[in-house]
Amino acid sequence: MTPLAFHVARDRAEALSLGAANGARLIGGGTNLVDLLRQNVESASDLVDVSRLAANIQEVDNGALLVGASMKNSALAAHPMVRGRYPMLSRALLAGASAQIRNMATVGGNIMQRTRCPYFYDVDGARCNKRQPDSGCDAMGGFNRYHAILGGSNACVATHPSDMCVALAALAALVHLAGPEGERTVPLAEFHVLPGANPQVETVLRNGEMITAIELPPATPAMTNSEYRKVRDRSSYAFALVSVAAGLEVVEGKIAEARIALGGVAAKPWRATRAEAALRGLPATRANFLAAAEEELTKAQPLEGNAFKVGLARRTIAAVLESLAGERA
Amino acid sequence: MTITINGSDYPVPLDSRVSLLDMLRERLGLTGTKLGCNQGACGACTVLLDGERVLSCLTLAAQAEGRDVLTIEGLQGADGSLHPLQKAFIEHDGLQCGYCTPGQICSAIAMARELRRGDPSHVTANLAAGPEGPTREEIRERMSGNLCRCGAHNGIVEAIEEMLGGEPA
Ligand SMILES: Cc1cc2nc3c(=O)[nH]c(=O)nc-3n(C[C@H](O)[C@H](O)[C@H](O)COP(=O)(O)OP(=O)(O)OC[C@H]3O[C@@H](n4cnc5c(N)ncnc54)[C@H](O)[C@@H]3O)c2cc1C
Ligand code: SF4
Ligand code: FES
Ligand code: FES
Repeated sequence: MTPLAFHVARDRAEALSLGAANGARLIGGGTNLVDLLRQNVESASDLVDVSRLAANIQEVDNGALLVGASMKNSALAAHPMVRGRYPMLSRALLAGASAQIRNMATVGGNIMQRTRCPYFYDVDGARCNKRQPDSGCDAMGGFNRYHAILGGSNACVATHPSDMCVALAALAALVHLAGPEGERTVPLAEFHVLPGANPQVETVLRNGEMITAIELPPATPAMTNSEYRKVRDRSSYAFALVSVAAGLEVVEGKIAEARIALGGVAAKPWRATRAEAALRGLPATRANFLAAAEEELTKAQPLEGNAFKVGLARRTIAAVLESLAGERA
Repeated sequence: MTITINGSDYPVPLDSRVSLLDMLRERLGLTGTKLGCNQGACGACTVLLDGERVLSCLTLAAQAEGRDVLTIEGLQGADGSLHPLQKAFIEHDGLQCGYCTPGQICSAIAMARELRRGDPSHVTANLAAGPEGPTREEIRERMSGNLCRCGAHNGIVEAIEEMLGGEPA
């Protein structure tokens, strides 16, 4: 880590002006950034601490919830309105990291966290297009058990490691941004981008912009009858191999609404829009759930080390939907 | 520009790269808090920040400015007596080499607060109602951020159960 200056932002305007400086980086909990700076994967001349900015939940007139970007992951998971209306979001948060890390991690930092690809971290020993554009990708012929099966490119097959974002994608949450050119909102599902030829570009965030809040839309029955299931190598404190955030509304035996997103399979939280569309109006049966999952995964391109993820994702989607259908009946 | 540590105020280090862990160990000689992985993976460096458990290895000291830090050194009574959980760790053989112990103890003390508050965990069956109580399953899940390479987990869980059992719900 090179020497750096530390500033505490007291309000949004200060965060934006300090954050606009060359070499300046925002810091939330620091659970990802401090690690990356220390390992020389990233660098900064100035850190702007945004963790003391808006950290509460506000209910908007139409019933939507606005969650301040500096809210801690633990506080969001434990919030009664989130537990009651959007269980998949609480569950996703509680399945991530450890209690200590959830107490530190902010909502904004969680969205912006970077991949856990081991070659991305290995500054001295590995080639990585994301870290060093056009240098190559050692994951391609190497250890790629944790890598993408959907939306990867010849340049990069890394996954986005966030659990929270998978639930946010399934909930169709909006990301509120502020920057030098004003404010805008972007759907969470469009906030992260696929690697293509430029895996160093991971989101649509512009220079000098920051995340100020996320907006959870007014809860629908499928958002409330929802679950998050994470499959991992040990039962706690491990990143996902595959995860599924799903919600289901069944009316008179037929699927009125299905919401499905996948984690651990792509460079972004993967909203399974094909599966959702395939299910609309069908009876809520295991056969239909499996067929819809199959439909979503037809374009999967597994690597040598992660072919198992295709079947694992299919079965996990079906199992979660089945359990949600059962709870309704 | 100070940080309160175990009740006394200390200036924030001028070098902003210094982690809270390095400040405690290298600058203040508070070596009870342990350095394990230095990357968030083991929990040996757990301390309480404004009463909540955090990892001091991934916290920059500057981030703790104006806040209240409690370390293992701050747990003993004014007369030097051990905290009840420290005694329970000894009674239940909750340690072998002892390296993870300060982190385990700080973590468990904050965990007790989270349970009392009714915060749910990954294994809580009814999310809205909250945890049914300090079951073994709840304790193990909630303590998963503290690894013990000696495998003293059974004793650790028993010691924590004793502490929670003795507390008003
Ligand atoms: C051992 C370990 C295990 C983990 N396991 C999991 C897991 O199982 N599941 C999971 O989902 N996560 C896991 N994590 C990752 C953890 O969730 C993230 O590190 C955390 O959410 C990042 O939040 P932060 O506030 O600490 O971000 P920081 O480290 O402070 O920042 C991360 C990035 O976000 C940027 N940033 C911060 N705030 C803003 C803002 N308001 N606007 C724009 N940019 C911003 C920073 O500049 C930086 O680039 C794990 C982490 C560790 C260390
Ligand atoms: S998968 Fe992406 S992050 Fe991993 S080595 Fe290849 S380019 Fe780098
Ligand atoms: S030393 Fe902090 S988590 Fe391992
Ligand atoms: S007692 Fe040795 S690491 Fe836990």
